[in-house]
Amino acid sequence: MQHKTTTLPIAVAALLGSTALASAEGELNIYNWGNYTSPDVIERFEEETGIEVTLTDYDSNDTALAQIRQGGHGYDIVVPSNSYLPIWIDEGLVQPLDTDIVTDLDNIEEEWRDPEFDPGREYSIPWAWGTTGVIVNTSDYDGEVNTSAIFLDPPEELQGRVNVIPEMSDVMHLAVRYHGGEPCTGDTDILREVRDTLTDAREHWIAMDYGTVDGYAEGDIGAGVYWNGASMRARLQNEDIAYGYPQEGFPIWMDNAMVLSDAQNVDEAMEFINFMLQPENAGENSNFHRYASGIVGAEEYMDPEMVEAPEISIPDELADAGRFSITCPSEVNDIYTQVWTELMQ
Amino acid sequence: MAVTQHIAGQGAQPDAAEPPLAAERERNFWKWLLSLPALLILIFAASGPLLIVVVYSILTPAEYGGVVWEISGRAWFQVFFRRDIFDPDEVTLNWSHLSVFWRSVSLAFQTTVICAILGFPTAWFISTRPPGQREIWLLLITIPFWTNLVIRTFAIQEVIRNQGVVNSLLMNLNIIHSPIQMMYTDFAILIGMAYVFLPLMVLPVFAAMDKLDVRLLEAGYDLYASRWEVLRRIVFPLVRPGFIAGSILVFIPSIGSYVTPRLLGGGRNMMLSNLIELQFGQGRNWPLGAALALALLVIVLVALVFYLRTIGGDEEKRHG
Repeated sequence: MQHKTTTLPIAVAALLGSTALASAEGELNIYNWGNYTSPDVIERFEEETGIEVTLTDYDSNDTALAQIRQGGHGYDIVVPSNSYLPIWIDEGLVQPLDTDIVTDLDNIEEEWRDPEFDPGREYSIPWAWGTTGVIVNTSDYDGEVNTSAIFLDPPEELQGRVNVIPEMSDVMHLAVRYHGGEPCTGDTDILREVRDTLTDAREHWIAMDYGTVDGYAEGDIGAGVYWNGASMRARLQNEDIAYGYPQEGFPIWMDNAMVLSDAQNVDEAMEFINFMLQPENAGENSNFHRYASGIVGAEEYMDPEMVEAPEISIPDELADAGRFSITCPSEVNDIYTQVWTELMQ
Repeated sequence: MAVTQHIAGQGAQPDAAEPPLAAERERNFWKWLLSLPALLILIFAASGPLLIVVVYSILTPAEYGGVVWEISGRAWFQVFFRRDIFDPDEVTLNWSHLSVFWRSVSLAFQTTVICAILGFPTAWFISTRPPGQREIWLLLITIPFWTNLVIRTFAIQEVIRNQGVVNSLLMNLNIIHSPIQMMYTDFAILIGMAYVFLPLMVLPVFAAMDKLDVRLLEAGYDLYASRWEVLRRIVFPLVRPGFIAGSILVFIPSIGSYVTPRLLGGGRNMMLSNLIELQFGQGRNWPLGAALALALLVIVLVALVFYLRTIGGDEEKRHG
């Protein structure tokens, strides 16, 4: 959901020939978002365990789900977003973690230990989490950034310079919360306001694109809806870039590693899950994908520029506005799709 | 399949007045056997998926993507009509979908026209080079195909974006003072598509020109035709088949193009492929996606038949 900017679909990367390994003790096939798995961490795992890892990319939750449903895929581990996670569990596509091998579940930060999407962490561990908010080039506009008005009612300086990511659920979440609704609301009064606001705001948008970090950093785009990690990368290129957490409400997402029901290498997969619960591995992985890991102590191994980044830790006064994104029931999703199609017609 | 049979039958006849029956039967047998691999690929790889799309378009969407095996006409209804979001009893034409259809047809048409205008002089230039040089020029025309489409589209982005090559150049030369917005407009989509599809116009037009007998042009001049008249009354009619082939080759992929409008158009104005993708992805409505894909197929077929009837038919009359 958050990596499309840099990923070409279906780039299959067979990582790192097993040079250090005289005899491979096993195999592990990981199916993950592109540009999301640190090669250094994988190399260390291979050295420590002798297991040979193959990494395959996907570019959306829907792609991954459709692929695994077909069967015969040969993957052991998948990393879906929280909003899709209940689907994976309900359809029996993943298996419970084997606590004999996955012994360090306590390394998960307390707030992520018992999430709504996987109570008691029976099936999954955190891979990365982040927020969807707004990005603003403060040399264009130096007013309040912690509001969805940046894209829903853009100030004059930003009109015609706003880019909105084409992620229906994120944008609808932000717009619904802006009007005081709950995520996935079917309340027609709120939805009518949402539609009108979006239709009016669209006139001030320049694009509905994933946008590029460079595009924001170099001033092609003045503001937009963006992910926190990508926004941080833009700020590292241009210090005028600021990330805002909309006080009206914003979605939090978390991608989670799980073991597939029809995995061929279950023990190896469980071993990898436990490996990723170790702070040094999680921290180093964060340095690669640039999002927080949800693992206790990982900060110690993270680059200082990340630990201090305002994009990575939500300010206390705005923390309550964050809400996990959820998958809307299909009758609500149909309405959202209709509003969305009107918006892009 | 019927077409293949027809052609095979035709080919078998003319040699001898009355060929021995057994020999012909054997020859037919081998013909069929040899064409079997191609036929199998056509049947399974083309008709098979198409059949699935047809079936899916009349099923019910499942909760999280996929389909439930219950027959329903809802997807086809949704292609053309919509119930008001806030008042389910009010049914109107689905203007959102219709305007996306219209944009796709119109942009594909404009692309075809641009390619024809640019392609004609290019093909003319190549066909008038000495024989040895022609191959080099043709090779140059195909060079863009050596690079992946996504990469080339990103390269165009680099050229036309606000801080890109064109704008920087114009600003450094003091011709403009603030960047011209080219990215994220229909203009950007047109540039991208014309660039991508131009070779598909040049090559067939060149093939037609290559066969052009120069003596006809000389004869035209001898009979006091002006340059314009030679072009209009001799060259154009003779290269017409090339234009027809080129237009078809450009129009069909244009109307279904996905990458170019997505990357250069900024996604704010969808084209058909983007709408279809939305239904299979975030919209989680596969039947509607399937129905929209079939609607696209019908549009292409209708456009093709219409085009061949009017322009192609015209030509037959002329020759007949």
